Amino acid sequence: MKRIQILGTGCAKCQKLAAVADEAAQALGVPYELQKITDLKHIMSFRVMSTPALVVDGVVKVSGRVPTVDEAKQLLG
Amino acid sequence: MKAQFSRIVIRLLASVVGLAAWWLLYRNLAAIAAWLSYTISGLERGTHLGAAVEFFLYEAPKVLMLLLLVVFGVGVVRTFFTPERTRRLLAGRRESVGNVLAALLGTVTPFCSCSAVPLFIGFVTAGVPLGVTLSFLISAPMVNEVALVLLFGMFGWKVAGLYLGTGLAVAILSGWTLGRLRLERHVEPWVYENMAGSPGESGGDEGTAMSWSGRAQAGVTAVREIVGRVWPFVLLGIAVGAGIHGYVPENFMASIMGRDAWWSVPLAVLIGVPMYGNAAGIIPVVQALLGKGAALGTVLAFMMAVIGLSLPEAIILRQVLKPRLIATFFGVVAGGILLVGYLFNFLL
Repeated sequence: MKRIQILGTGCAKCQKLAAVADEAAQALGVPYELQKITDLKHIMSFRVMSTPALVVDGVVKVSGRVPTVDEAKQLLG
Repeated sequence: MKAQFSRIVIRLLASVVGLAAWWLLYRNLAAIAAWLSYTISGLERGTHLGAAVEFFLYEAPKVLMLLLLVVFGVGVVRTFFTPERTRRLLAGRRESVGNVLAALLGTVTPFCSCSAVPLFIGFVTAGVPLGVTLSFLISAPMVNEVALVLLFGMFGWKVAGLYLGTGLAVAILSGWTLGRLRLERHVEPWVYENMAGSPGESGGDEGTAMSWSGRAQAGVTAVREIVGRVWPFVLLGIAVGAGIHGYVPENFMASIMGRDAWWSVPLAVLIGVPMYGNAAGIIPVVQALLGKGAALGTVLAFMMAVIGLSLPEAIILRQVLKPRLIATFFGVVAGGILLVGYLFNFLL
């Protein structure tokens, strides 16, 4: 089970990142759960400096931008 | 290896041809606009409508073309400056040097006001002094590539240079002043909690090892994101500007926003601070006001206040700064902008 977390306070880019991650994970066909983290203190515990950020199994993969679906697939795989 | 090399050559050639075509079109925009307005549309020269239409047909493609080129270039440059790298450059700096560096880095580090809070915490907990962090937060939105391109396109390099210089000065001096005021206790205490350890290195460091095609791709992405977002504001701003250009009488603004009206600078700042706009929409209006006799300092102060300080930003920063610090922050920056306004009006 992959644990995908989206860090962001709810801006438009955060929504987009969530959609991209969802699409990529479905394309890969692996079981996963997607969680959006909007609480600032929780976001800061990952020590990122720009949102949105993509976290896979507790590791920050991308921060401050929205990757393409293909890139997200690689990051998830 | 050989196939890769020839692909690079083809891409370089395509860029050169593209740039040449861009330049040729750019040089002839004025003639094309006049031809479209007066020959094709059959408008009379010297009429209100003719002047307004010609203004729009000239300025709209000019500004959009400049934006395309510069946003791409800045998108590439920004791949070298991630927030993490900027933080590493700033951590442990002495205050005065730090303020200068922070203001400069603010212009090239990718920044979005929705990330202002994580960035603030990331800086402060890594040991970047509060005043230095604030210098960065002032310069990042105010001195940006869109503003500089538009100023260059519409007023030439002197005004763009003055804006760059004074914008940086406001960011440096305001941050330095705020640092002197020792306001650390007005930062929300939770910022410093649980963050005591050394700042972890995580994510966002991709900028240090990136191929050139990756950087070019980042430029294309920046164009799609930024130009895709601001073009309606540019067109709207230019349309309003065209209306002012064609219909408002010459020197109409001189009495209200001219340099003899001393109260116009503070008024422009007061009106500008609560407004939230982007440079793309404001500058075409600014140009039209200037053409009708408004003073440059007054108009630039207005512009800095609109794009540099805003209510949404204050609300976002409230999560980490107590009201007293936000008020001081806005007060000091507004004071700096005021000085810039008077300085321009006095000098020019």
